[in-house]
Amino acid sequence: MFKYIVKRILISIVILLGVSIIIYFLVRMMPTDYIDNRFASQLQNPNSGINEETILEFKKLYGLDDNSFTGILKGYFGWLGNLVKGDLGNSFIYMKPVGQVIAENMWISFAIALVATILQFLIAIPLGITSATHQYSVRDYVTTVFTMIGISLPTYFFAYIAIRFFSVELGWLPTSGLIDISKTYADTFSGQMEKFGDIIVHLILPIFVTVILSIGGLMRYTRTNTLEVLSADYIRTARAKGLSEKKVIYKHAFRNTLIPLATLLAGILPSLFGGMMITEQVFSIDGIGNLAYNALRQGDIPFVMGYNMFLAVLTVIGTLFSDIMYSIVDPRVKLK
Amino acid sequence: MKEENKNLPSADEKDLTAEGTLAENNAVNAETQSMAEGTAQTRELGVAEETYKEMSPMRLVLRRFFRSKLSIVGLVMIVALFLFSFLGPVVYGAFDNVSWIHDAHVRGLTLEEAVDRSYQVETAPPTPMDGTDLDGNTFTITEVVELENTSGAANDLMDPGNGHLLGTDDQGMDVFARLMYGGRISLIIGFIVVILETLIGIVIGGISGYFGGWVDNVLMRIVDIFNCIPTLPILLIGSFVIESWGLKPDQQIYVLMVIITLFGWSGTARLVRGQILGLREQEYITATEVMGFSPARRIFKHLVPNVMPQLIVSMTLGLGSVILYESTLSYLGLGVQLPKAAWGTMIALAKTREVLIYHMNVWLPAGILIVIAVLGFNFIGDGLRDAMDPKARK
Repeated sequence: MFKYIVKRILISIVILLGVSIIIYFLVRMMPTDYIDNRFASQLQNPNSGINEETILEFKKLYGLDDNSFTGILKGYFGWLGNLVKGDLGNSFIYMKPVGQVIAENMWISFAIALVATILQFLIAIPLGITSATHQYSVRDYVTTVFTMIGISLPTYFFAYIAIRFFSVELGWLPTSGLIDISKTYADTFSGQMEKFGDIIVHLILPIFVTVILSIGGLMRYTRTNTLEVLSADYIRTARAKGLSEKKVIYKHAFRNTLIPLATLLAGILPSLFGGMMITEQVFSIDGIGNLAYNALRQGDIPFVMGYNMFLAVLTVIGTLFSDIMYSIVDPRVKLK
Repeated sequence: MKEENKNLPSADEKDLTAEGTLAENNAVNAETQSMAEGTAQTRELGVAEETYKEMSPMRLVLRRFFRSKLSIVGLVMIVALFLFSFLGPVVYGAFDNVSWIHDAHVRGLTLEEAVDRSYQVETAPPTPMDGTDLDGNTFTITEVVELENTSGAANDLMDPGNGHLLGTDDQGMDVFARLMYGGRISLIIGFIVVILETLIGIVIGGISGYFGGWVDNVLMRIVDIFNCIPTLPILLIGSFVIESWGLKPDQQIYVLMVIITLFGWSGTARLVRGQILGLREQEYITATEVMGFSPARRIFKHLVPNVMPQLIVSMTLGLGSVILYESTLSYLGLGVQLPKAAWGTMIALAKTREVLIYHMNVWLPAGILIVIAVLGFNFIGDGLRDAMDPKARK
C-alpha cells in the first residue's frame, strides 16, 4: 500500500509537470499582455513619463519581454524554479502573492460548494434508490426526466432563469453580490450577525442553481449501481430468507451501492475547492472562480498558472484518494 | 405518441415480451393496445420464436432501443432540431413578402446576419415651397425626403411581431432566424468534434491497449496529463489565443473545434484502451496472430469494432457535453463570433438587466433549444446503452 502510494505520487509529479508545460505555453501565447493593457492609456499621454522603453523595461521585470520559443522556455523554468521554492509568484492584477490570493478567496467558493455538495448527496442518493427500486414506474420516469433536464441546462442559462424568477418576478432574493451594497453594518456583534445573515441570503440562489445542475449525474449513478446490486444473488437470498423489502434494500443493497460512489470523490475534490467560474461570474461573487476568470481576461499569467495548477493538483489528489478509498471500501480491490 | 408507436416495429415486438410491454403501455390509448393484442394472438400461432432467433444483432439492438419511451422522445427531439436548423432557414426565407426577409434577399445577406432596418426609412414631412417662375406663373414644389436612419435603434429588441416571430435582438437581428443558424453551428461543431475525438481516442487507446508495456505506460501518462488539465479554463485560454489570430468568424469556428477536440479526447482513449485490454486476451485475437495479420489490422479491424457499442454510447453522450462547452464559450464571448449566430451568445445578452427582465424572447428560446439538444442526445445515449448492454434481457 505504502509503496503504491509513493509510486502514484511520483507519477503524479510527472503528470503535473506535463500539465504545467502545456498551460504555460498556451498562457504565454495569449494576446492579452498585462503590461500593454495596463499602460495603454498612459502611453497616449506624453506627460505620464511612460514610453515604449519603460514598457519594455516593465516587461523585462515581469519576464514577458521575450516571446520567442526559447524566451517562453526560459520563463517556464523561471516559474518552475520559484515553484520548487514554494513561490507561485505575484499576481499582476491583485498585487499579492498568488498563493495568498487563492487562500484568501477560496473560502467563499468552498462554502458554496460544500453546502451544495451535501445537499446534492442528500437529495440525489434517495432519489436514485427509489427510482431504481421502482424501475419503469411513473416515479422513475419523472425523476429521470427532471434530473436529466438538470444535467442538460447550461449553468448561466439556469442562473438567469433563477434570477429572473426568484429575484425579479417574486423579489424574494437578491440578484448578485454577497452583501447589500447600500447597507452599512455596525461593528457590533448584532451588526456582524446581520452581515452574516445577508451573506447567507445572497448565497441561496447560487447554491440552488449548483445543486439542481449537479443532482442528475449523482442520481443516475446511484440508480445504475442500485439496479446492478438489486439483481445480485445475495439480494435474492435475502428476499428468500423472508426479510422485509425495507431491510433488503437499506441493509443489504444500499451499502453495496455505496462502493462505486467512493470513486466519485475524485470529481468532488476539485469542484469543492476550485470554485465555479460561470456561477460566480453570473452572480458576481468574488470567489476564486471569478477571480481566475478576470485574471484570464487581463493576462495575469502568475495567477492563471497558479489557479490551473491548483486545480490540477486537486484532480490528481482526488484520483489517488478515490483509488485508495475504493480499496478500503471494497476489500476485493487490491492496489498494486 | 400514437403515431410514433405505429412507426416502430412495435406490433412485432409486443408478442415477445407480451406481459411487460403491454403492462407498461397502459398510457397508450386503447385502440393501439387492442391492435397489439390482436397481433400478439396471431403471432402466438406460429413463427414468433423463429423470427427472434433469426434477428441480426443490429435489429435486436434497434428493437430494444425503440422499446424505451425516453429514447424515442430523444430521437424525436433531435430529428426536430435537425429539421428546425437545417430546413428551417429555407422555409423561413421563402416568406419573401415579409419586408425584412425581402430586404435581406436584396442585400444578399443570410437571414442570421440580416439587420432589420426597414422601419427606419422615414419620410420627412413634405415641405411645399411656393415660387414664381420667369413667366410669372406660380407653382409649388413639394420635396419628399426619405431619411434612412442606419444608426438608429428603432428595431432593436423588438417584441415578437412585425414579421419577426420571436422579435429582434439588440442589433435588430431576427431572433428566430438566429436560433436556426445557431442550431446549425452547434450541431455541426458537436458532430465534428465528437468524431475527431473518437478517431484520436481509437488510435491512441487502441495502440496503448494492444501493445501494453512501456508504450501503454507512456501513452496513458499523456492521457492522464490531458485528463488533469482543467477543461473550462484551458478552453478559455485557447479561445483567447485564437481570438488574437484575427481569423474570420467562420474560420474561427474550425479552430474552435480543434481546440475542443484537443482537450476532450482523453476520455475516449481511456475507454478504448480499457476495453481492448480485456479483448486482446480472447482466443479470436490469438487466432488472428496465428494467421499472421499485422498489428494494425488486428487492432483496427478485429479489436476496435468490438468496442463500437461502448464508443457509440459515449459519442452520443459526448455530443451533449460538446454542445454545452461550445455554448459556454460563446456565452463568454470566446466561441462563435458575431455576426454568426450561436445559442450561447444569444443567452449572453441577458447580462444586461433590461434584456434579462423585459426581453425574455431574446434569450429564453436559445436556452430551451440547448436543453432540448443536450437532453435529446442524453436520452438517445441512455437508450443505446441499455439496448446494447449484453447483460440485458432479450
